[in-house]
Amino acid sequence: MGYTQYPDAKGHYGIYGGIFAPETLMEPLRELTEAYHRYRVDPEFLAELEADFQYYVGRPTPLYHAQRLSNHLGGAQVYFKREDLNHTGAHKINNSIGQALLAKRMGKTRIIAETGAGQHGVATATVAARLGLECVIYMGADDIVRQAPNVMRMKMLGATVVGVTSGTRTLKDALNEAMRDWVTHVDNTFYIIGTAAGPHPYPQMVRDFQSVIGREAKRQCLTQIGSLPDAIIACVGGGSNAIGIFYDFLNDAGVSLYGVEAGGDGLETGRHAAPLNAGRPGVLHGNRTYLMQDENGQIIGTHSISAGLDYPGVGPEHSFLKDTGRAHYVAITDDEALDGFRLLTKMEGIIPALETSHAIAYAAKLAPELSKHQSIVVNLSGRGDKDMNTIAAIEGFPL
Amino acid sequence: MSRLEAVFADTRAHNRAALIPYIAAGDPNPLLTVPLMHALVDAGADILELGIPFSDPMADGPIIQRATERALTFGVSLRQVLEMVMDFRRQDQLTPVVLMGYANPIEAMGIEQFAREAASAGVDAVLTVDYPAEEAMPITQALKEHGLANIFLVSPTTPVEREQATLQQAGGFIYYVSLRGVTGAQLSDLDEVKAKVLELKAQGNLPVGVGFGIRDAQTAGKMAAFADAVVVGSALVEAIEMVADKGDALILGAAAAFIKPIRAALQR
Repeated sequence: MGYTQYPDAKGHYGIYGGIFAPETLMEPLRELTEAYHRYRVDPEFLAELEADFQYYVGRPTPLYHAQRLSNHLGGAQVYFKREDLNHTGAHKINNSIGQALLAKRMGKTRIIAETGAGQHGVATATVAARLGLECVIYMGADDIVRQAPNVMRMKMLGATVVGVTSGTRTLKDALNEAMRDWVTHVDNTFYIIGTAAGPHPYPQMVRDFQSVIGREAKRQCLTQIGSLPDAIIACVGGGSNAIGIFYDFLNDAGVSLYGVEAGGDGLETGRHAAPLNAGRPGVLHGNRTYLMQDENGQIIGTHSISAGLDYPGVGPEHSFLKDTGRAHYVAITDDEALDGFRLLTKMEGIIPALETSHAIAYAAKLAPELSKHQSIVVNLSGRGDKDMNTIAAIEGFPL
Repeated sequence: MSRLEAVFADTRAHNRAALIPYIAAGDPNPLLTVPLMHALVDAGADILELGIPFSDPMADGPIIQRATERALTFGVSLRQVLEMVMDFRRQDQLTPVVLMGYANPIEAMGIEQFAREAASAGVDAVLTVDYPAEEAMPITQALKEHGLANIFLVSPTTPVEREQATLQQAGGFIYYVSLRGVTGAQLSDLDEVKAKVLELKAQGNLPVGVGFGIRDAQTAGKMAAFADAVVVGSALVEAIEMVADKGDALILGAAAAFIKPIRAALQR
């Protein structure tokens, strides 16, 4: 059991997690928990999920040995778990498919979701289109501008994209708005949360659907490397790709786990999105977890070059893994992430998402500290097509 | 007898429902909150509900979101809200004050310290939107130790088993959410509200107030036929918002003028 026995029956990971939700959502959350616990062990449900993973998403994704990058860094062998090769270009679809199959079984006809970078929105709009369900995506008005290609994709897929202009106009406000929609339409609506946060059972459900990443990676490591890796690195916004690749390795003490938060302009500036590095525990969006907040408990505006990491909270299981010391959480600045982006693009011909670039930048720091007989697996959580506008503006390319 | 019990004994004796107006502390500006509280009492409010501003009010509709944002531009903190209550108590020792808000500002202060300071400021009860019964035991106990009631929401989606678990911790009055939605949304089904309120009254000894979606005297009057109290929030906050830049006297006047006909409609 060890680290994999969580959450408890009430959704707690140590002191974190739980169900801090408005009363109107408590019964729908109980129904969801019940349905999830029924179907997570239902052979027919699991077979359908497995078939969708294989034939629709394109799983298993490869574990790629980046030899040129490894030689360049002059230390550990760096491997990439290629979640960017999934249908729709990121790990997000693993979870969207799982929750949508659950929604269908629960008889819900309408799907809503929040999105930051737009990857979860696109993945959810995609599965909604395929299942013929109505779909509404909430997205911060500022994120709509910086992730325009994904907004177009969602619209083409038939989703309604609602720009959220309240608060800081980013991911946290989109989540607030999606919660308000759900409170209003609980009878026919299924809320597909995209990250391993929110009230129980979401952190567990999202983790379980994403844990396919770590299960595959473990098998692939044993086959391709002949051993478990020495370290695993993943970027952390809410933390779904990170918990997805960490989970199967939690009880393997020899595997170091690194979650990489968005350091923005630098932790010392206060302009960042790194609650595990520089925040305090509190309650937001239905769970207790580390938060970016001021001394009065107001959530403070975050900053990151990547919309997908621009979130003041983090999944509760990461808060638990931080406090127990099982995983290490570090921060990478915007500039370092851009260097990571350029490095992978030029060395390996893979254009990563800006979120993922944070993990790459940390791998570039860690690899030289290890020997060439050691190995690091980086979760390549998404591809960078959506970030072309941002990158072009920074590099001065006309688009 | 607590201040809340005294109010309900009085309204019951006079065969009417109690009026509970809600304002967001610090809206439209922090200096006006205490004068607004007094003006509302003068216009007939029986209990005051004071919103603690929070950056992420996920159960509130656009009107209260905007009020919260206005209050936060002045940096209104939970500590300042308690100071406002203390200030209010200098002139009014009778009208109960209920604080309504979200968990995080309370957690940031510390539950025990909050309960102690709220009690000494003259707060009577607290309603925290995101502390459902399952997570509320620590604050319920802390409040109880300092003589304060923890008020819980019950909604149309709450099944009977949850009602019972909630009633075990609940004090003051039950706040029945009259619709599926956020504050200020459209009320749809009066019969459903009535059935649920009567069910709640039959289950426990606590008075039952109804809120969310009550915008005018007519609706308030219908609710008063079966509810012990009626909460008016978004509609009042909107009435204040409409004159927010017109000076203090007009703002106080508008708030009083808005609740007077509602108060009149609560007589059974």
